[in-house]
Amino acid sequence: MLQKFVASDLGSSRELELVQQHLNRLFSLSNYAHSEYPLLNVWTSENGAIARAELPGLDPSEVEISLVNDTVTVQGERHCQSGNENQLCHRQERRFGQFSRSLQLPFRVDAEGVQAKFFDGVLEITLPRAESDKARKINVITE
Amino acid sequence: MPSELLEVVKPEVESAKETASATVRPRKTVAPRTDVYESKEQLQFFIDMPGVKQENIDITLEQNILTVRGGVEPPEMPGYRLTYAEHDIADYQRVFTLSNEIERAEIQASIKNGVLKLVLPKSKAALPRKIAIQSA
Repeated sequence: MLQKFVASDLGSSRELELVQQHLNRLFSLSNYAHSEYPLLNVWTSENGAIARAELPGLDPSEVEISLVNDTVTVQGERHCQSGNENQLCHRQERRFGQFSRSLQLPFRVDAEGVQAKFFDGVLEITLPRAESDKARKINVITE
Repeated sequence: MPSELLEVVKPEVESAKETASATVRPRKTVAPRTDVYESKEQLQFFIDMPGVKQENIDITLEQNILTVRGGVEPPEMPGYRLTYAEHDIADYQRVFTLSNEIERAEIQASIKNGVLKLVLPKSKAALPRKIAIQSA
């Protein structure tokens, strides 16, 4: 009887935990819990890839993009925009400091064709696939 | 027990849905990261809203409740597929409760490189005042 009670009690607390997790996901900043910075979204097609990174507060001149073989690296430094000694800080959730993030692509990149745009705090890098890397159709010759 | 609770909550949820339906967007909403600083004269907010254009920002101050919304247009990548995602493509919304009286007419908002900066001057009545003592 007691065991049953304990078991059901445990069960309900587990359910509660689940509910709590769901609620946390709804209301919290949990989607920012990554240790990597900046966060990347990558779109791909057979012709290449487009990567987007959220870099709010940065100036395009402060971002450095480099490409080595099939790996693209974004680095820079985010400066603290605000705060002096006479100010009281109520919240500081935004990150600042140096960052570096690399993305390895599953194809060779046409280095000449790489383009980068920066708008509204979003960096967009277009990485075209090298011609020599694209799928080739092979004709079968009948003898 | 939980179902009873749901029954109680349901009508309220439904009515909230109805009032919201005029402005509702089928999009996830996230709370943007924010820095808040206070000096003697003003409050300063720095809110990270990457991807938000100036025209899609909505700021309201009602009593002492400051609500900030930013709409994000989902990127269109014709011919491309989203294959790897670390961040949501979501609208931003955050509500702040202010403890100070604010000079409403003088609130300034500006956005640069995806960071919304709000400057809220404290009202004259809330500023610290020096009281002179008169000798009798």
